[in-house]
Amino acid sequence: MSDTETDELSIRTRNLSLWYGNFQALYDVSVDIKPNIITSLIGPSGCGKTTLLRCFNRINERYGNVTTKGEVQILGENIYTEAVALAELRKSVGMVFQRPNPLPISIEKNILFGVRSHSRRSDLPASRREELIESALTEVSLWNELKDNLKRKATTLTLEQQQKLCIARLLPLKPDIILMDEPCSALDADGIERIEELISDLKDRYTIVIVTHNMAQARRASDECIYMYLGEIKEHAPTMELFMNPKNEQTAMYIEGRYG
Amino acid sequence: MATKKTSLRGLGAKFLDGAEPLIRALIYASGWSSIVFVAAIFFFIFREAWPILPRVNWGEFFFTNDWVPVPAEGNKASYGAMSMMYGTISVTIVSMVIAVPLGLGAAVYISEFATGKVKESFKVLIELLAAIPSIVWGFIGLVVLNPIIQDVFGVAVGVNLLNGSIVVAFMAVPMIVSISEDALRAVPDTYREAALALGASKWQIVYKVLFPAAKNGLLAACMLGVGRAVGETMAVLMATGNGMVIPENFANPAILLDKVRTLTATIVSELPDSVHGGDHYRMLFVIGIVLLVFSVVINVTSDIIVKGVKGDQKNA
Repeated sequence: MSDTETDELSIRTRNLSLWYGNFQALYDVSVDIKPNIITSLIGPSGCGKTTLLRCFNRINERYGNVTTKGEVQILGENIYTEAVALAELRKSVGMVFQRPNPLPISIEKNILFGVRSHSRRSDLPASRREELIESALTEVSLWNELKDNLKRKATTLTLEQQQKLCIARLLPLKPDIILMDEPCSALDADGIERIEELISDLKDRYTIVIVTHNMAQARRASDECIYMYLGEIKEHAPTMELFMNPKNEQTAMYIEGRYG
Repeated sequence: MATKKTSLRGLGAKFLDGAEPLIRALIYASGWSSIVFVAAIFFFIFREAWPILPRVNWGEFFFTNDWVPVPAEGNKASYGAMSMMYGTISVTIVSMVIAVPLGLGAAVYISEFATGKVKESFKVLIELLAAIPSIVWGFIGLVVLNPIIQDVFGVAVGVNLLNGSIVVAFMAVPMIVSISEDALRAVPDTYREAALALGASKWQIVYKVLFPAAKNGLLAACMLGVGRAVGETMAVLMATGNGMVIPENFANPAILLDKVRTLTATIVSELPDSVHGGDHYRMLFVIGIVLLVFSVVINVTSDIIVKGVKGDQKNA
């Protein structure tokens, strides 16, 4: 692979292995994730897909007993070095969780939480704050619903609104990559549809990596698909190719629903 | 074998048949006893104070400072309790100024920063601190803090408002720590993760996420600390100097080095010398009523706050 191609990648891992205590959860994962598409991570429970996702913003490390070996490059820069500022990393790599987790403060404070952690008070005059709130909520199509209730406690919204808000609060930080860990698993069918629409609207501006249990979702909502099994990457291909013509025996069995 | 089984089952059933109503009665009795005890406390304190209540000069009681229960021949006794209320309130305020930051800080450390063995040993130590009898704290005030305060501030006597407040603060800290720690631990971990993923630092998470989320529990912890400070008796008696003084200028920090006397200390030091059934004796019970009202107000307030916590968690 030439250098120009490497530079264009959003996420690139080389021989990434990870242990929780003595348990090895990832084995020599080397993967290239392209910018401005949706990449889905699929595989049976415990295959390491969430662990891999959580390596990309180093949030795995909060549990303390995690050992990581190998390399993860975000936009060409290795993030597993001493010099990396975690706050900066997490600014450019946002994350959406399985259960919507807005903070128990108002809608507007949720949206401003990230930028406020990263900037001085004087850099955020009221006009700038209003601008950020409006554009973030507009981008996730919540502005019309919520513009008169910005002081409402975010935890009182419906789950779908909460999850959209959790996406919206990443946007003022101008992230390059958005990681999503089963973002629809708490929602009903209508909610899933609207979040999927939203995700596909966002892909022009952000690189999206989404972990999902739902094979149908991976199939309809992602451009590339990575199949993982027992901590290893078994197959990485354009989604249609992987589903229509899987190269790997296990991938074939999994997508046919014969296990997992 | 089959017969054996049957007979065993029969035995068990028979035993339970007899014991069940008895056990149930015992459990009911223990439950209701707490209500009976509270009612009894109110009843007996009011009964002792009752005969004097119509004759109490409330203006004098609350707003003057002459507490002369045993006057010289020919003079009238007077019961001005303002200095004792000042004593109780000042010890409460000063001790909380010390205990609340200390207690909250320790709770944050234990719940958010300490891990593994350190965390466990701190919890055990805090519990141990809570188990130290109040008379021991009184000794510490008298023997340890007294000379330190004498040296540091160059005063002749080191038992004073500051000493008593430090002692009460140390007694209240364990309670504040353990309740605040519970409140912080009850904050869902997803909040911490959300804030962390947005790039917040640990300290930002503490004051921007955990404090607002655990606000009610933390407030309740502080209110219980206040209750402890109001009710504390022996340690305060030993460490405050037991003098009925009201400062002239409350803005002067030197009032920290004045003696004070609390409502509780007055009761414990004068009750043994008062004539049973006499006016002095009954006035001490009036003080008891005032304390009772204080603690009921504090407990009801903290209860309302704690109920607020539960309501919030339902919404979250």
